[in-house]
Amino acid sequence: MGDRLFAHLLAAMAGGVLVITAAMLAALTVGAWPAIRKFGPAFFASSAWDPVAGDFGALPFIYGTLVSSAVALGLAVPLGLGVAIFLSELAPGWLRRPVGFLVELLAAIPSVVYGLWGIFVLVPWVRATLSPPLKATLGFLPLFEGPPLGIGMLTAGLILAIMVVPFIIAVSTEVMRAVPTSQREAALSLGATVWETTRAAVIPYARSGIVGAIFLALARALGETMAVTMVVGNVPQIRASLFAPAYTISAVIANEFAEATDVHLAALIYAGLVLFLVTLTVNILARLLVARAGRGPGLIRE
Amino acid sequence: MLKPLSCFLGLVLGVAAVLGAAGTTPAQQAVTLTGAGATFPFPLYSKWSQVYDVERGVRINYQSIGSGGGIRQFIAKTVDFGATDGPMTDEQIRQAGGRPLHIPMVAGAVAPVYNIPGVGTGLNFTPGVLAGVFLGRITRWNDPRLLKDNPEAKLPAADIIVVRRSDGSGTTAIWVNYLSRVSAEWRRKVGEGTSVNWPVGIGGKGNEGVAGLVRQTPNALGYVELAYALTNRMPVGNVRNRAGQFIRPSLSSTTRAMEGALAAIPPDYRIFFTDPQGRDVYPVAGFTWILIHGEQPDPVKGRALVDFLWWAVHDGQKYAPPLHYAPLPKGLVARVEGTLRAVTTQGKALLP
Repeated sequence: MGDRLFAHLLAAMAGGVLVITAAMLAALTVGAWPAIRKFGPAFFASSAWDPVAGDFGALPFIYGTLVSSAVALGLAVPLGLGVAIFLSELAPGWLRRPVGFLVELLAAIPSVVYGLWGIFVLVPWVRATLSPPLKATLGFLPLFEGPPLGIGMLTAGLILAIMVVPFIIAVSTEVMRAVPTSQREAALSLGATVWETTRAAVIPYARSGIVGAIFLALARALGETMAVTMVVGNVPQIRASLFAPAYTISAVIANEFAEATDVHLAALIYAGLVLFLVTLTVNILARLLVARAGRGPGLIRE
Repeated sequence: MLKPLSCFLGLVLGVAAVLGAAGTTPAQQAVTLTGAGATFPFPLYSKWSQVYDVERGVRINYQSIGSGGGIRQFIAKTVDFGATDGPMTDEQIRQAGGRPLHIPMVAGAVAPVYNIPGVGTGLNFTPGVLAGVFLGRITRWNDPRLLKDNPEAKLPAADIIVVRRSDGSGTTAIWVNYLSRVSAEWRRKVGEGTSVNWPVGIGGKGNEGVAGLVRQTPNALGYVELAYALTNRMPVGNVRNRAGQFIRPSLSSTTRAMEGALAAIPPDYRIFFTDPQGRDVYPVAGFTWILIHGEQPDPVKGRALVDFLWWAVHDGQKYAPPLHYAPLPKGLVARVEGTLRAVTTQGKALLP
């Protein structure tokens, strides 16, 4: 009797998640309806964003959201995994605690603080210190074209990377610590070095947890608003250059929602719906990718 | 097991009953007015609310959710008054129904701010230069059109980095309304509103975002509320008015702009008074309005509301200059008095 009650209670809680998701989808669709009727699927392909003329399209925002998150993950995943491996496999105990504490502290800083720090510290640093050598060495690439303002896609990616790296470190360290010592001992007894042990015994074992950590980071990067809008430049355009200002979906919603009316408001809610769909698609694709990669045999598996 | 729980519940209910009884008696006398809208006048409205509560015992609960939100809540009648930096459109007035009124409270000016190494405050800008820069037609600081009006300044041979607001705002509405007035090309290509499709420039969020970007970026030019430029001591540009004078943005030159525009202000006050007549007027400024219904449903609340607005345009005006808002000129206050006298409840005027 008690068990059944417990099971029903938990099922209701799990069902609640579905209900909330469905309710959000429904509310977004209703709010966006005037824009959906006016623009239809062309909204996804159009680059127009003219609140005066009432002409809207989400393509530059989708592009900005995806590229800034990709830049962020490109920087944060290697760094985060490196730190996690160091903390779980190499670091002495007296170092592990304070570093772990600092990582958690980094994760708890409000994003508006990151944004202000970004505008007053990171932006001048990117403009004066990071960009000139990049431009001097890699300036022939379209990726580093144009004048470095310090504001733009690169800075947005950087600040996102700093914001998501604690998630990757914290979760990955925990799952690697949870790998049974027998796995490591097995690899070491075969004469493997620490690096080989980590690669062959620890990472395959912890893979699903690490992937989960990266998903968490990706979700935060896609949806991050305040910090990004402070440094991204807020220009709805598609440029190959990482120096150029850009715009993300969540940033445009945060910027324009309070003052918007009529079709403009509906277009912003439509953009919210698009963000919902983009996040969903990216997550599904990532899961498929992982499921496919997961089929290869690990070196040492139980 | 049940006994301590019921004791606890009884205690909670008892305390709640006592608190409830204590809470109801004064609440029947005190009136609370709720309002929502523009963020720009929020520091002033919260000052007013604090002073008015002490002086008259009427609480004003104002939420600065943005002008668009203020108009939406006003139309939905979920607030006693709305507040906005941009007038309602004809369509919104139709949606609101009844007789919506715009009551001007104070005015704010919008100032060009810049950051050019080695150049101090007081650069001169003509309307044509401002429109040209924001249209992307004038791209260098040493453009002959800028040099002509600033023979003293050492303007560099550098690109102008245009900075503008990324969030929808009354500040932007005033700025682009001014550009539309002085430039046919701007009116045709960009138009006006709280957000527009900018031809050039990078966007900063809020006045603090624009000010931050301008200060961090050499050779940047942006626009912020005058209050923001003054408190942050940024280099501020002078703008040439219709009389051909380059005028420094200030509270007095903004109040003079309202005086200059008095004849052109319509009975419903729905106007941006940018680019007005007058010799020493600063031309880029606008009202911030409180929105009320001309026919009030509740006589008690309605009376409290018009009393408060009467106080705001008389005694309340002295709190405006310290917070960097320009007070209304006398001629306009006289007209607002007439408008407030015409507010009715069940067909009868609320004010004696």
